[in-house]
Amino acid sequence: MSKSYFDETHCAFGHPKSTFMQWMLTIDHKRIGIMYAVVMFTFFFVAVAAALTMRFELFAPGQQFIEAQTFNQAFTLHGVIMVFLFIIPGIPAVFGNIVMPLMIGAKDVSFPRLNWFTFWLYILGCIIALSSLFNFSIADGSVVFNFADTGWTFYAPYSLNTDTNVVTTLVAAFILGMASILTGLNFLVTIHRLRAPGMDFFKMPLFVWGIYATAWIQLLATPVVGITLVLALLEKYFGIGIFDPSKGGDPVLFQHLFWIYSHPAVYLMILPAFGIMSEIIPAFSRREIFGYRTIALSSASIAGVGYLVWGHHLFTSGMSDMAKTIFSFLTFFVAIPTGIKFYDWIATMYKGKIVLDTPMLWALGTIITFAIGGLSGVTIAMIGSDIHLQDTYYTIAHFHYAMLGGVVFLFFAGIHYWFPLVFGKMYSEVQAKLAFVILFIGFNFLWFPMFIAGYLGMPRRYFDYLPEFQIYHQFSFWGAIIFVVGLVYMFYVLIQGIRNGKPTTPNPWNATTLEWHLPTTPPPLENHTKVPYVDFRPYEYHHGQPVVKFDENMKRID
Amino acid sequence: MAHDSHDSHEYVPEIAVDRDGNQHEVQGWQGDTYGGKLGFWLFMLTEVMMFGSMFMVLSYYFHLHPQDFLDASAGLNRVLGGTNTVVLLVSALTMGLGLLKMRNGDVKGAKLMIWATILLALVFLGVKAVEWTAEYHHGIFLGLDALQSGNEHSLPFGQILFFGMYFSMTGLHGVHIIIGIGLMLWLLKRINSGKVTPEHNILHFNIALYWDLVHLIWVFVFPYFYMIGAGDIAGGVIHGH
Repeated sequence: MSKSYFDETHCAFGHPKSTFMQWMLTIDHKRIGIMYAVVMFTFFFVAVAAALTMRFELFAPGQQFIEAQTFNQAFTLHGVIMVFLFIIPGIPAVFGNIVMPLMIGAKDVSFPRLNWFTFWLYILGCIIALSSLFNFSIADGSVVFNFADTGWTFYAPYSLNTDTNVVTTLVAAFILGMASILTGLNFLVTIHRLRAPGMDFFKMPLFVWGIYATAWIQLLATPVVGITLVLALLEKYFGIGIFDPSKGGDPVLFQHLFWIYSHPAVYLMILPAFGIMSEIIPAFSRREIFGYRTIALSSASIAGVGYLVWGHHLFTSGMSDMAKTIFSFLTFFVAIPTGIKFYDWIATMYKGKIVLDTPMLWALGTIITFAIGGLSGVTIAMIGSDIHLQDTYYTIAHFHYAMLGGVVFLFFAGIHYWFPLVFGKMYSEVQAKLAFVILFIGFNFLWFPMFIAGYLGMPRRYFDYLPEFQIYHQFSFWGAIIFVVGLVYMFYVLIQGIRNGKPTTPNPWNATTLEWHLPTTPPPLENHTKVPYVDFRPYEYHHGQPVVKFDENMKRID
Repeated sequence: MAHDSHDSHEYVPEIAVDRDGNQHEVQGWQGDTYGGKLGFWLFMLTEVMMFGSMFMVLSYYFHLHPQDFLDASAGLNRVLGGTNTVVLLVSALTMGLGLLKMRNGDVKGAKLMIWATILLALVFLGVKAVEWTAEYHHGIFLGLDALQSGNEHSLPFGQILFFGMYFSMTGLHGVHIIIGIGLMLWLLKRINSGKVTPEHNILHFNIALYWDLVHLIWVFVFPYFYMIGAGDIAGGVIHGH
């Protein structure tokens, strides 16, 4: 039995004997990716619990279980965790770390010790973000939390005036931003420097292209929000005046600065997810991907154009009509490269030998949910309809269809796809497919009624509502219950797979990219036995079989 | 960043062989000087985006309150600001000379130059402290009445915003100077323990790069805050406006 990366590791310093310390100090990209996944999904469930609390409260009009103030804190907690702790590090931190170096034939990322440091920076950010959860006081027999109640966007001037603990949340967001920048920097250098000989940019797997485009957004957009949060802190505690109208400052400026980062950030979330889709579709259609170059370049152009669209968050904040029109048109423009990707994926499946394994089911489900999420986004990019739909449940439904039904669904697809690679075992396919069906049904029950409620005027972030909206909230509630049951079941199936799954071969899906050509599964500490020479395209199939084959020394034998 | 691998055993790159039997050297992450430089240049880009955003905020408010900005700027001490500009430019020179000496094998001279840079950085911070103290005694500082709204000492909106950004930006620049001093002390430690040598000078290179960026930012900060209101002295802009 050969040793895998679970048995041995390189450490940032020292050579600790205990397994625990070896994990804490590891610089191995695969182990770091797994640790990110564990921490992120733990917080994911905390945020899900916050959301479920809100759905319970909203089951009927009026107050049921929690105070209005607690409700404000619940949606802030939900937003802060989901955005800053879960989905922004998200796919890059987990699969960018685990799979990207394997895909380009590297032994690790360019700066493994920086990678280790970044992980702990992320943990520090998480601790600071949640520290104010434990900062509560007990008054009149009820618990009063001091967690921020501003929503995850921290809009001035409210965030500057509230008595709750905004400072820790702002500092945490800044630190998590630093971690994100350093991850992006590490990946950019890795992709530029450590590709296997012969692998030029247009021979890279498309997931690597997604990570590459994402890394540029992490690097160039995150500092803007970082400094914005610092300025907000200086405003709050030293009164520098720039967001404070009573000193001539402009609160809308905060919105601009915030969205200059936070809109590109949604492309930062979706681009690696699209990368996962581009891996799964050819592998389970047993067919070379259609329009490789257009998919690769559309990732780059989404990242580029995505910088110029932030103003569409401010249509109702008082911008000139000229600026609104420009931002609206630029936003439509993003739909073009996204549409190109969708047509390419569907063209790839045409006349392919489609195998409906779990990862493929998730990918196909996402084509439906993300199409709804993406196209509803175009409807609110129109200025006229946005004036009506801004800050309603319609917008909420839109971005949950795009983020949960797009990014997180593809994240789940990736988990099911790379699971045998990471653990060398296979989950129960039947149960995993059942979990998909439950989640897919629950998801649509949960979010689709919100499109209607929002269109009819249900505003977001409200603690209470008019009785005519009750039916939609109750549909959503039962959807949420189904969804949470599906989530718990899916993770149960995966954990059962880790514990008792059947051992697999290194390439159970008949996939073509380099991470499926490892000598053993789980992979050994330093990945491929030898670095291959790459003179082939990433997805070459012939009559439904992979073309490129290697011997045990990574020499081609086809 | 780039100082990851100076283990005792030298790293030997792997060879990949293509189908025609040609050999290709594989780039490992170990000892990748080019990658180390690339990584640090990318990091410098993030600094540019950070300070760039603040300059954007500054120019936005300058556009809204041009006269207030000129009046506030006229009140800054150009002699101290100018002195600091010269100090920082000279420190960039000593930093660069240190790197040249390191590359030419003169480790002792390199260390001397780094100490000189640290000294100049401390002078910069000292002048800054004198300047801020003077401003404090004039009643202009974050949290004092002049920069609050709605009292008898309140400055006009534009001036409040000018000084708010002045203290934020020069303050953050000062933080970068302090970080720079820390980095240089660490560099000296690495040189003394033989981790940074004329052959492996990537850490030295990157810290010199960092220091260049710190002085480059100041080169933009100085005219924007100190010089725009200097017309009064030269007998120009304000009165002819």
